[in-house]
Amino acid sequence: MSDLTSAASVLAAALAVGLAAIGPGIGQGTAAGSAVEGIARQPEAEGKIRGTLLLSLAFMEALTIYGLVVALVLLFANPFVK
Amino acid sequence: MVPLSFPFHVAELEVGQHLYWQIGNLNLHGQVFISSWVVISALLVLVITGTRKMERDPQGVQNLLEFLWDYLRDLAREQIGEKAYRDWLPFIGTLFLFIFGCNWGGALVPWKLIELPNGELGAPTADINTTVAMALLVSLSYFYAGLSRKGLRYFEYYVEPTPIMLPFKIIEDFTKPLSLSFRLFGNILADELVVGVLAFLVPILVPLPAMFLGLFTSAIQALIFATLAANYIGEAVHEEHH
Repeated sequence: MSDLTSAASVLAAALAVGLAAIGPGIGQGTAAGSAVEGIARQPEAEGKIRGTLLLSLAFMEALTIYGLVVALVLLFANPFVK
Repeated sequence: MVPLSFPFHVAELEVGQHLYWQIGNLNLHGQVFISSWVVISALLVLVITGTRKMERDPQGVQNLLEFLWDYLRDLAREQIGEKAYRDWLPFIGTLFLFIFGCNWGGALVPWKLIELPNGELGAPTADINTTVAMALLVSLSYFYAGLSRKGLRYFEYYVEPTPIMLPFKIIEDFTKPLSLSFRLFGNILADELVVGVLAFLVPILVPLPAMFLGLFTSAIQALIFATLAANYIGEAVHEEHH
């Protein structure tokens, strides 16, 4: 493996996870905030709100996980390494 | 794959190492088969002991199984709809139980005690092949569900509400299995890696919170896979009310 390839791969892996965490982070914050608001307004709907919240959080988390998968591929199964 | 291993005494981390079984021209990942057979037999034992002597007042294992059945029926009914959910409840239930068993089995069973010549045992769902196979099964079954229930009218779904949606709906057929498989694979592999890295840095107590978080996310991922599979099938069998 050339030095350039490995350096670029490590950098790209770090960027992949880091950048992929920004959007879902903001989204999860908004979703959780709204859920708390909903529970405060209607405490009897807590169970339903929690279920929906967890499901949608997992959807958002999947986006970060895609970044993580790309990072892991770059680190452990890099297609550009001969 | 390039293996990365830290040759220390307390903990070890391996990625991309497999126990290969050669059958013809195929290279099988043996460790996935072994651990999924363990999971399948555990599920079979649980179900068979729970349904051997059924009573009117459920007790013990039967009680647990009835609770699970109720839970899965509600999930399937909510996503697929009152008319078609009975046909698909076994499929959704099997998916949920198998994924849940795989995820928790990978985290709870002390696989490290069993030495393999190469690679290590773990959750079968931390291997991309397992999750892709299950995601493709889901794709096949929603096509089958739609075609068998509506015939060729199923393809009306692609041009509803407007024909402009056609390319997006076609792309969706490819992104559905892609995201299903990658979501499960990435989450479980990430859990195992986080626990592995923490155990490699500090082998005592510190990985425990990460392990509990891992158990939680594993359960949620099983639920999500089952819910989404049910949702896709529900979308395919859904009748428009004109």
